Amino acid sequence: MASIARWRPALLILLLQFFLLVRSPVLAISPGSVDGYTINGRIKIPVAKGFGAPVKISNVKVILNGGQNVTFLRPDGYFSFHNVPAGTHLIEVSATGYFFSPVRVDVSARFPGKVQAALTENRRGLTELVLEPLREEYYYEIREPFSIMSLVKSPMGLMIGFMLVVVFLMPKLMENMDPEEMKRAQEEMRNQGIPSLSNFLQPAAAAATARSG
Amino acid sequence: MGTMLRVFLLLLSLLSITAPAFSLYEDQVGLADWHQKYIGKVKDAVFHTQKTGRKRVVVSTEENVIASLDLRHGEIFWRHVLGPNDAIDGIDIAMGKYVITLSSEGSILRAWNLPDGQMVWEAFLQGPHSSKSSLLVPASLKVDKDNVILAFGKGCLHAVSGIHGEILWKKDLEAESFEIQHMIQTSGSDLIHLVGFVGSSQFDSYTIDAKSGELLKHDSAAIPGGYSGQASLVSSSTLVVMDSAGSTVTTISFQDGKVTFSQTPVSTLIEDFVGKAKLLALKLEGVFAVKTGTHTTFVRVTVEGKLEVVDKINHATAVSDVLEISENRQAFAFVHRRSNGIDLTVKLGADWNHDLLKESIKMDQERGSVQKVYINNYIRTDRSHGFRALIVMEDHSLLLVQQGAVVWSREDALASVIDVKTSELPVEKKGVSVAKVEESLFEWLQGHVLKLKGTLMLASPDDMAAIQSLRLKASGKSKMTRDHNGFRKLLIVLTKAGKVFALHTGDGRIVWSRLLNSLRQSETCENPTGLNLFPWHVPHHHALDENPSALVVSRCGPSDDALGLLSFVDTYTGKELSSSSLDHSVVQVIPLPFMDSTEQRLHLLIDASGQAHLYPKTSDALGVFRPELTNVYWYSVEAETGIIKGYALKEKASDDYSFDTRGIWSIVFPSESEKIIKTSTRKLNEVVHTQAKVVADQDAMFKYISKNLLFVATVAPKASGDIGSSTPEESWLIVYLIDTITGRILHRMTHHGAQGPVEAVVSENWVIYHYFNLRAHKYEMSVIEIYDQSRADNKDVWKLILGKHNLTSPVSSYSRPEIMTRSQSYFFTHSVKSIAVTSTAKGITSKQLLIGTVGDQVLALDKRFLDPRRSVNPTQAEKEEGIIPLTDSLPIIPQSYITHALKVEGLRGIETVPAKLESTTLIFAYGVDLFFTRFAPSRTYDSLTEDFSYALLLLTIVALVAAIFITWILSEKKELRDKWR
Repeated sequence: MASIARWRPALLILLLQFFLLVRSPVLAISPGSVDGYTINGRIKIPVAKGFGAPVKISNVKVILNGGQNVTFLRPDGYFSFHNVPAGTHLIEVSATGYFFSPVRVDVSARFPGKVQAALTENRRGLTELVLEPLREEYYYEIREPFSIMSLVKSPMGLMIGFMLVVVFLMPKLMENMDPEEMKRAQEEMRNQGIPSLSNFLQPAAAAATARSG
Repeated sequence: MGTMLRVFLLLLSLLSITAPAFSLYEDQVGLADWHQKYIGKVKDAVFHTQKTGRKRVVVSTEENVIASLDLRHGEIFWRHVLGPNDAIDGIDIAMGKYVITLSSEGSILRAWNLPDGQMVWEAFLQGPHSSKSSLLVPASLKVDKDNVILAFGKGCLHAVSGIHGEILWKKDLEAESFEIQHMIQTSGSDLIHLVGFVGSSQFDSYTIDAKSGELLKHDSAAIPGGYSGQASLVSSSTLVVMDSAGSTVTTISFQDGKVTFSQTPVSTLIEDFVGKAKLLALKLEGVFAVKTGTHTTFVRVTVEGKLEVVDKINHATAVSDVLEISENRQAFAFVHRRSNGIDLTVKLGADWNHDLLKESIKMDQERGSVQKVYINNYIRTDRSHGFRALIVMEDHSLLLVQQGAVVWSREDALASVIDVKTSELPVEKKGVSVAKVEESLFEWLQGHVLKLKGTLMLASPDDMAAIQSLRLKASGKSKMTRDHNGFRKLLIVLTKAGKVFALHTGDGRIVWSRLLNSLRQSETCENPTGLNLFPWHVPHHHALDENPSALVVSRCGPSDDALGLLSFVDTYTGKELSSSSLDHSVVQVIPLPFMDSTEQRLHLLIDASGQAHLYPKTSDALGVFRPELTNVYWYSVEAETGIIKGYALKEKASDDYSFDTRGIWSIVFPSESEKIIKTSTRKLNEVVHTQAKVVADQDAMFKYISKNLLFVATVAPKASGDIGSSTPEESWLIVYLIDTITGRILHRMTHHGAQGPVEAVVSENWVIYHYFNLRAHKYEMSVIEIYDQSRADNKDVWKLILGKHNLTSPVSSYSRPEIMTRSQSYFFTHSVKSIAVTSTAKGITSKQLLIGTVGDQVLALDKRFLDPRRSVNPTQAEKEEGIIPLTDSLPIIPQSYITHALKVEGLRGIETVPAKLESTTLIFAYGVDLFFTRFAPSRTYDSLTEDFSYALLLLTIVALVAAIFITWILSEKKELRDKWR
């Protein structure tokens, strides 16, 4: 095992162990015929806990090199690409409702079977080709449940709130005012010839001046 | 008080900017958008009706789709779109529960679960060389309790376990270029016969033990007279082939290791036979069918090997495969078309004189000839046999026929859209007021109270449904007239089938559809293919009573030098006004910005020899065109040789309406280091609002706006393959911006370690392109913006005052202004299938990119994210201008997918059309599916949204008025009290 430990991302071996453990016929990369290798991998989608219906595994597509090959998932989540030449490839996963990072997969010709995989989004190396979504995607805005705040925050709510403040708070403020100062202010107003409505609506008059000022 | 007001205003402004540009609530789905699912032209079909439960038919199509359809309604139960290189060669149902598909030239065998479409297993079949492929699912062949599926592909025969998909055995036939014709299982035995041909003259027959894969026998013999590629199996030991001349039928008998031939000239079977005969694929015991011209002749092969004519039908006929209805009773169907429908005949194979079924089915529209028939039987209540037939028509539509009527039909031509244009709807006529009050005030109020409940989240599901239907009704979006906002239009769609459809943008329904006569197969035109659609006649305000028409340009074959065809279609009725076959080819069509006196648009058609032809061919059009002759330029891109050439017209014309051309410039790319993989230009009808762009610090930049900008991307020849086929050191991507009038290269940029595929979009003064960065192993998107430096001096106020500016100098395509470019690159996560940009009526609204991702979704991305002036720390002034701090990759916000939770399977293109309302653009995305939506790149700033709650507004006003009165009364009282005091 010491020599294996020196193989940094010894994916094949790891998966071999995996294979022995779960007796599943999956290897990450297996030398195929003369002209290509096989990439095997697995997609794990957590049970949907958030929004919307859980994604159907039959609607998940795995795409190699931007559409060169497209494959589908087996019921257990495994997928494979056959006849892939040596080189550095890109695997993308299309699953509605989930965001998957594309995966860079190196298929080595010199060491058949040696493979390196890394997520391109966060450069995280993968020890085995098990892909999990980075996050869930919800395509709709979520309607805020009804709350007094949302009503108050709406333009209409603000207007009503403003009115209420003027009606109930202003008289209080006026009461605290010095009566003489008040008289002077009213005097001033009359001199300025403010529209006659302010005569009736004396508490509101202060607000009117605030708006004009 | 003042601060309070300010807070109020601030809150208001905050509220208006927090939401993202495109966002949709789940209950708004279907209000402004629609989505349609298609499958494409059916290639093969298998019925599954034995078991009780849902009756279905599984089909494979030319669009690489495998789908399970409901036999009752034609709806899709499940569907999978395979990769573009993964064409399906054969399908079948195994063990009553799996659908087996053989694809990619016989190299991938997959099993799908029949009820839900889940892939069960996948087997990869390998072989030494490519060959024809064939699939056989024997009904009663078992190896160790496991059903065996036999697949021939790549020169090898594979036996695959039906349960696990493991390869049981593999037999390499070792014969180079063995083309398989048939794979036969002799009933009751484990022997498999493979019959086929090597080259065009050798017949081969193999007998293989299905249990072990052992080759038991191999016979081969030369066929006298050659072989045309058509063969029909008449019994398990007799094959009929047509010779290469199409005049002699050869019967091959390969029983008991002996191969014997007997030849019969077709003329002895069919009187007055001329031309070429074709064999129809018919798998009927003892009978084969010969097609000569429009006739179909059924010929029986007797036990002694003699041929006798059984029946002759004077129509082009499609024949179905044989259906085993009971033991030793085989039925088959043939269908031929009549003037206004089709005739379906079902016969028993053994008894020619008796028809099991003869039905005439009326069809309400032209669907062309019958291409394929699949039959299936059911037992009627009186225990007799009933038949249903699945028919594929020339227009790619799929019909299910039962009891003399079309039960359902699918317009699957819409899965292969070639080109899209829009047409305005008719104006509302006076007197017919659509806006009339259709409901009482009470109903109106009730509706709004419901809506209010909805916004306050108080509505019950019933209420929600009522709201949804109210919304749909209120919007009147499916009316057949123009609306103020320009949302209602007709989408004119040209499909591969040669059928033109008009879809209503409101609900996506087909307003009319027409199979163009000029685009149907004929003697003179073997393989017509549509190329483009152009608006031909768009009536203006003074001629609004005329119907607009569209021009369909097509050619007779796939090659460039095939003769062209023109067809004119009325866009209101779908009538084909006229059509003409041209005496020259069509390589390029240039719509000219001129109209003749009847308001027909002038078009210039360029043929393969470089001649230009003017249409319409009227002296009037010529009169309009002649003065403008010297101003017409175009270019051609020869991707194979790497040459881009610019052309102008010559004054002297050879004939009245055709003009000689002269090359004026050419750009040759070195073929050893560059290969053209993408060119892109601005959309012709794009509107730019202003040339000036105000940047931070009250500075201005002048956009270089030219309609003649061509974007060209070239890659190293070594890196022109797929990702993974080249290393970063040997690949590079070079992009050019070329002025197509002068041939001037405005800008050139090299991306080292990058490769294609490149997708690009050009708009206003910028280009955005998407490519693969091999070093980072990520996709990248780059932007290039071009600014006109010659106008930059105009910012000087003194020059303006002294009149030393050049603002009044005309913008000319001939001028060579100094330019400045700015560019920047960003990472982008996904592969991209197509990029488009929103377009609005006046070009004022800011733009968003529409990116068709590899997952078949369309993402809207604000152009501001692709601004080359983004920096890590934008200054305060730049922030105010709206510059986003630099990030290395572009964000993907799930809420900005305009396709929301839907997919446009097999996405191929995105078309944007401006609405009349400046803020809004209409988007049509097409592939195997169609998707349409309305989109406001900077939100609908110029109209209230449909969600606007009038009831809430009313309520507020009422509340305000009430408050005024209450305060008034209160103040009166207070005043009175004060007076009493």
